[in-house]
Amino acid sequence: MFESIGILSLTIWVPIVAGLLVLATGGKDGAAGGVDGQRTLALLGAALGFAVSLPLWTGFNVSTAAMQFVEHANWIPLFNVHYALGVDGISMPFVVLNSFVTLLVVLAGWTVIKTKVAQYMAAFLIQSGLINGVFASLDGVLFYVFFEAMLIPLYLIIGIWGGPNRVYAAIKFFLYTLLGSLLMLVAMLYLFFASGGSFDILVWHKVPLAMSAQMLLFVAFFFAFEVKVPIWPVHTWLPDAHVEAPTGGSVVLAAITLKVGAYGFLRFTLPILPDASHELSWLIIGLSLIAVVYIGLVALVQSDMKKLIAYSSIAHMGFVTLGFFMFNSWGVEGGLVQMISHGFVSGALFLCIGVMYDRLHSRQIADYGGVANSMPRFAALFMLFAMANSGLPATSGFVGEFMVILGAIQVNFWYAALAATTLIFGAAYTLWMYKRVVFGAITRPEVASMKDIDAREFLILSILAVCVLAMGVYPFPVTEVMHVSVNNLLEHVAHSKLMPLVAH
Amino acid sequence: MTLIDFLPIVPEILVLVMASVILLLTAADKCPTAGYVPSLLTLLGAAVLTVVTGGLGTDVLVRGLVVVDPMGDVLKLVTYFAAMASFVYGRAYLREFGLLRGEYFALALFAVLGMMVMISSASLLTLYLGLELLSLSLYTLVAMQRDSAQASEAAMKYFILGALASGLLLYGMSLLYGATGTLALSGIADALHGQSGNTMLLTFALVFIVAGIGFKLGVAPFHMWVPDIYQGAPTAVTLFLASAPKLAAFAIVMRILVLGLPELLHDWQQMLAVMAVASLAIGNLAAIMQTNIKRMLAYSTISHMGFLLLGVLAASIAGFAASLFYVIAYVIMTLASFGLIVHLSRKDAEADTLDAFRGLNRDHPWLAAMMAVVMLSMAGLPPFLGFYAKFFVLQALVGGGWIALAVLAVMFSLIGAFYYLRIIKLMYFDAPIEGDHRIAPVGDAVGLLSFNGLAVLGLGLLPQGLLALCVIVVQASV
Repeated sequence: MFESIGILSLTIWVPIVAGLLVLATGGKDGAAGGVDGQRTLALLGAALGFAVSLPLWTGFNVSTAAMQFVEHANWIPLFNVHYALGVDGISMPFVVLNSFVTLLVVLAGWTVIKTKVAQYMAAFLIQSGLINGVFASLDGVLFYVFFEAMLIPLYLIIGIWGGPNRVYAAIKFFLYTLLGSLLMLVAMLYLFFASGGSFDILVWHKVPLAMSAQMLLFVAFFFAFEVKVPIWPVHTWLPDAHVEAPTGGSVVLAAITLKVGAYGFLRFTLPILPDASHELSWLIIGLSLIAVVYIGLVALVQSDMKKLIAYSSIAHMGFVTLGFFMFNSWGVEGGLVQMISHGFVSGALFLCIGVMYDRLHSRQIADYGGVANSMPRFAALFMLFAMANSGLPATSGFVGEFMVILGAIQVNFWYAALAATTLIFGAAYTLWMYKRVVFGAITRPEVASMKDIDAREFLILSILAVCVLAMGVYPFPVTEVMHVSVNNLLEHVAHSKLMPLVAH
Repeated sequence: MTLIDFLPIVPEILVLVMASVILLLTAADKCPTAGYVPSLLTLLGAAVLTVVTGGLGTDVLVRGLVVVDPMGDVLKLVTYFAAMASFVYGRAYLREFGLLRGEYFALALFAVLGMMVMISSASLLTLYLGLELLSLSLYTLVAMQRDSAQASEAAMKYFILGALASGLLLYGMSLLYGATGTLALSGIADALHGQSGNTMLLTFALVFIVAGIGFKLGVAPFHMWVPDIYQGAPTAVTLFLASAPKLAAFAIVMRILVLGLPELLHDWQQMLAVMAVASLAIGNLAAIMQTNIKRMLAYSTISHMGFLLLGVLAASIAGFAASLFYVIAYVIMTLASFGLIVHLSRKDAEADTLDAFRGLNRDHPWLAAMMAVVMLSMAGLPPFLGFYAKFFVLQALVGGGWIALAVLAVMFSLIGAFYYLRIIKLMYFDAPIEGDHRIAPVGDAVGLLSFNGLAVLGLGLLPQGLLALCVIVVQASV
């Protein structure tokens, strides 16, 4: 069936197999002695997963918009379903980012997770493989399988290792995201028949579709992706999920799974339904601006740090979708850069909150104050990520936001003006939180006794700090990768699909 | 007619003979627990004979009473294996409750024989005979636990409602006979072909027949008996009657509606659509409120049967094949889920409440994982078998232009996902109630459970084989 196992298959199956191995070693709780072995095995699996994803970056041809590292095998020939994988400049960075984040998450859960360690590590590894599958799929059914299956590990992660209200959050998370994807399934079946019996996403890109059909399909895909992004007003699952999830779960949720939704817009909505996308762009732009402005204000009043960062994520993702629907290369590339940057920054912020939570077991801003006195090294790193979150130049957070604003101003001055308020709100809620948590005099004895970060935590945070700074100072390697693919996409979207395309 | 003409029904003859032998031995009190191994061997032998005598052709035999076709063979094979699995799962439970007697296996084999006759029926007469043989055996099986008031009540309800359903079906058949003058299904199809006939009479006949079939399938609004019987019957019996008989019920839907009454397609399509949507709604909504897992799974069965009807009403090869795939997937999943409940049940503590699953992951991570796989599969999540079952049915629906029905079906699946997730929540997120799960592992049952659970995953990763089989046999048989 497989002529040879390709790099993309490896990025999917190495973590999954590693996860299953970890699971196999883990018996019941209390099987003492084995825990370290399980952790090490998980780390090896994650490291190997990251290592096999690196050739995607180094071997990537930046001068073509075609799919690369393509793999193709029959899967369900009766319905023309294929195991088809491939990445372009839009999807490749996310495969690498995801494999990278998994490595950090395994490290971050090293000592913190004490119950069911094997299951915890296995869930993250399997999830990592499934998410790589989402980004690498070129077949609709395969995409759908990965898209849904990735819910299962995260559901378990939130539900087993989460906070007090974890059950509610886990089920809400699951049902919200399932609601969206089920409609997408029907939409995909429609496309299967409309395209004359193909589940190939690239074939779907070329199918001519009437406006009415495009509108309905747009709604179906929109449901699937808006819940994942999430776009106001279906964002309410995210703060709940974030607050209850363990640190690792929050990191993956913010850094990776939100990106799946935004990626869906670029892979499905825009190229398959260009006319409906243009026609309904006002809707997405409106909702994105609400996310940026209103959710920014909501973030300002949060007393729970995780909730604050969760709302900040929604606002930042609003920027991403705003950029996509500007239909120019500044906007789309800016959105993509913002996605990657947000992956680093939000992941790092959740890790920072996790570091504090491990020591004080509280996420309330009011319980802290003066952390800089007891944890100076931590405070310095936290400062950098807070600055990046508020979009300070020379951090990665600035690049994406600036590019999206540039894109927006070409379309409409007011879009840009409203979007730019994020620089004010973002700075306000992040830095105000930072000030209340880190600066000032120590008011509580518990804070005074907090130990500064150890070598493991320092390593994780400083790796992320380097990424944030490097991307802020020199984003070219990232934009170079996506440039050709984005331009190709925009050119494709500019053509109407209402009339069958005339053969050249 | 010579003996050779009976060759294709040798499996039926074998099962009949063996059931009688087991019954005689039990009556003579030769070996009180006899039946377990002979029954398994009988079913295995029947499976071999079915494979040997089977082929891709369609034969109508025994004066037009019996049809042997590939679809029937596949359904029969799954029936044998479902019955065998339910014996293996149920053995420890039956022994514990003092039900491990020859009568149990004799009755179960008679039920299997009834299903085989239903699956192979080419005439209304055979069909009804098979149905009654199945039903009467099942009534008795439900009532076997004589000291349980709940089981007796369930058996009584089952008998009364089942008899009513049989009556409805029989009445419909008699009307159909009056309208066409024949009992043979192909004869009925020929007689109705191209003639408008007495529409009133035919419509009446159809309504009664569809209602009767609806009862037997357990779809809304004829579903009232399902939760009570599933809950009241001994769990090992529930396992048996929730699995294999659905295959036979699917077979009679295909035989009567698709092969016998294609001329009334538009009428029964509408009826099935109403029944399917009602089943999806009632099954999924009512399941949410249940605290008894047998009852919850009963409602889930109702919704699954609704989904199954969606494939039939798409009325295309793809639709029938999707339904066949669905019913096989359903049986595999049901065997695993009820198998696990049976496995966890003991005399002093029946594991039939949802609470019995609390914290299962702590004590039995492997069993919990298997149950989780089955629940996710029933919820229709990839990459498990249940997803493809739903996917193929939806594909047939969208292909037939029933997009609104497809959207409705997925929306009800969303509601359904909630109560399946709740089982996973109980097993993984909650702490166990102290003192539960003190079960002595039974080797063969755990082995089969693992195989069963992994089949749900394996067939989900590579569904092509089973799907291709379904398409081929439906093409050859319809």
